[in-house]
Amino acid sequence: MVGTSAVADAGSGVGPGRSAPRNAATLTVSAKEDVAEGVVSLTLIHPSGARLPDWTPGSHIDLALPEGTTRQYSLCGDRWDAYTYRIAVLREPAGGGGSAYVHDRLRPGDRVGVGGPRNHFPLVPSEKYLFIVGGIGITPLLPMVRQAELLGADWQLLYGGRTRSSMAFREELTAAYGERVHIVPQDEFGLLDLAAWLGTPRPDTKAYCCGPAPLLAAAEAACASWPPYALRVERFTAGEQAAPVRDTAFEVELRRTGRFVTVTPDLSVLEAVRRAGADVLSSCEQGTCGTCLTPVLEGQPDHRDSVLADHERAANDCMFLCVSRSCGERLVLDL
Amino acid sequence: MTEAMERAVVPPVSDADPFAHDVLMDPEPLHEALREAGSVVYLSRYDVHALARYEQVHAALVDWQHFESGSGVGLANFRHEKPWRPPSLLLEADPPRHDAPRRVLREILAPPALRRLRTAWTAVAEELVEQVLAGGAEFDAFAALAEAFPLRAFPDAVGLGPDGRENLLPYGNMAFNAFGPRNDLVAADAHRVAELSVWVNAQCTREALSEDGFGAQIWAAADRGDLTHEQAPLVLRSLLTAGVDTTVHGLAACLYAFATHPEEWQRLRERPELARAAFDEAVRWQSPVQTFFRTATTEVTIDGTVIPADTKILMFLGAANRDPERWSDPDRFDLTRDPSGHVGFGMGLHQCIGQHVARLEAEALLTVLARRVERIELTGTPHRHPNNTLRSWASLPVRVQPV
Repeated sequence: MVGTSAVADAGSGVGPGRSAPRNAATLTVSAKEDVAEGVVSLTLIHPSGARLPDWTPGSHIDLALPEGTTRQYSLCGDRWDAYTYRIAVLREPAGGGGSAYVHDRLRPGDRVGVGGPRNHFPLVPSEKYLFIVGGIGITPLLPMVRQAELLGADWQLLYGGRTRSSMAFREELTAAYGERVHIVPQDEFGLLDLAAWLGTPRPDTKAYCCGPAPLLAAAEAACASWPPYALRVERFTAGEQAAPVRDTAFEVELRRTGRFVTVTPDLSVLEAVRRAGADVLSSCEQGTCGTCLTPVLEGQPDHRDSVLADHERAANDCMFLCVSRSCGERLVLDL
Repeated sequence: MTEAMERAVVPPVSDADPFAHDVLMDPEPLHEALREAGSVVYLSRYDVHALARYEQVHAALVDWQHFESGSGVGLANFRHEKPWRPPSLLLEADPPRHDAPRRVLREILAPPALRRLRTAWTAVAEELVEQVLAGGAEFDAFAALAEAFPLRAFPDAVGLGPDGRENLLPYGNMAFNAFGPRNDLVAADAHRVAELSVWVNAQCTREALSEDGFGAQIWAAADRGDLTHEQAPLVLRSLLTAGVDTTVHGLAACLYAFATHPEEWQRLRERPELARAAFDEAVRWQSPVQTFFRTATTEVTIDGTVIPADTKILMFLGAANRDPERWSDPDRFDLTRDPSGHVGFGMGLHQCIGQHVARLEAEALLTVLARRVERIELTGTPHRHPNNTLRSWASLPVRVQPV
């Protein structure tokens, strides 16, 4: 499952109820607050107060909950604050339990596993932007509109939702940006009038859309006559599930040298194979620089890096040892 | 009086000139003195604060929020001084403008994307080594290998045409001098600035490039809207500025290291899979890029020293890479060491985007050499070439014993 926010909740499986893995990518919930009807925001920090990996607007993280589910949520905080991540989670009655867990059971002080950040929805350069949002799809757009403002771009935000009170961050958006922000609750104004906003192609404008699948489809239909790549959407592929988080030890075979090493939950694969005597070059040790890429001969890596594209992840033939782990009980590396 | 002011530390002052010829040729004594003087040292000659210890250099490199690059990563402060050329969209930029160029180039130069070059570059290395060995056992390893290999491999990968490639190294030398003060080294380049800039800029156009190289991929990204068409040639210029000289002097550092450490050469020959780590150890040990500057975005305090907003901070990457607090026996070139975490490629948001390209080039050349050459030793004094930023070489006379 790739996408943002709890909109993508439906269709993902519930893993076995265990505690979150205590690897390098474990963060602490430092604050939890209601930001709209049915929406809570979480602030995450490193347990030791360290800097968190850098990110760009449009990025999401994998959030591995103590009950065993993994969900993807867009970062909606301030990248100039290097020490916290902020996400917002919509309660999904039909969802697989991840959002219910966040709403009902997750508390400040709890630990959660985090993968990424990764960005499939980057803000590309443009003189003008049109941001189109449905509901909780506001999360990736929140840092984007700030970025558009910093870049001095001309932009408009069209923000639809069921009811005014369900629309997170609407007040701070209106207060900060005034007439650039168009708040359109469905029970007051009906559905977003995409034909009016997107009907005429504008070559100087990039359109960004995030929200439920019907909204994305409507935006794509309305942009049919726009130039290629002018519309960018955050794609939800509910059929594809994130791997269940493994919080128990697994074995790594270093085939070239005939060595075996057990990776316990408190160790990264990188640390474990180094203890076994393997020479692996690394640099950032945050899954961002790409130095410790290692060929995988057998097994399925649990990718937690910010570098590999989806098709590269799916190939299962390489992994970054500093943050990525194993889905199964055994990995064989070309070391 | 605030608590911060009470605890403010007056940093030690040094009137040393890190850009003087004798220092550029042999920087380690100054590095050691600066590391020992304190975590921050004020360089009175240039009115900048300097960091030479690993901890502070690493921290400043990753903290783009407080230490910006957009005002230039050399001595000149672009807030007050006009840059000698339009600033780089990568090296001399900060978020948010830095994001799109970085993302595009990062994807083009990511390790999975480079896999297709491995076979080609191994063949280039084999051909070159064959040619060099056929010419005799004694040669200048700097010109014959360290310069020759990247000049064969990299411009083809970018998609440059055959003409004018001899301009790449002088252009890089000039660009890296320009990060320093306007000293004699900058003056010596002055007469070629216009001519070399014209040539480099001409190579950055779509028409000048082959259809399958990094350059064409940058233009394709612009066609998709991931960059603007105005940004594409500047991103290409970054590739041509930063992608050649650095690798040349990194490879020269490797060859110098092995020529002076025969036991390490034997180790590499026994375990050629160490080639990648050997390159990084050489980059740590010699630090081909010696220094970069940042500019304080606000008043920042480093270990008690208050650095005023809008002033320059000089980071000694080479000194950090030999900080005894971080590295044991730091002056030793040692293949059994894990060089991971060195700052020779920088660290954080601006970390060398071509590092995987450089490693692949080094791996190709060193692996072939290790197979073909039993011994490598110096036959004379190697010569450095002074540059304000790069730890550069002029010659590396060697004798080899082919297998």
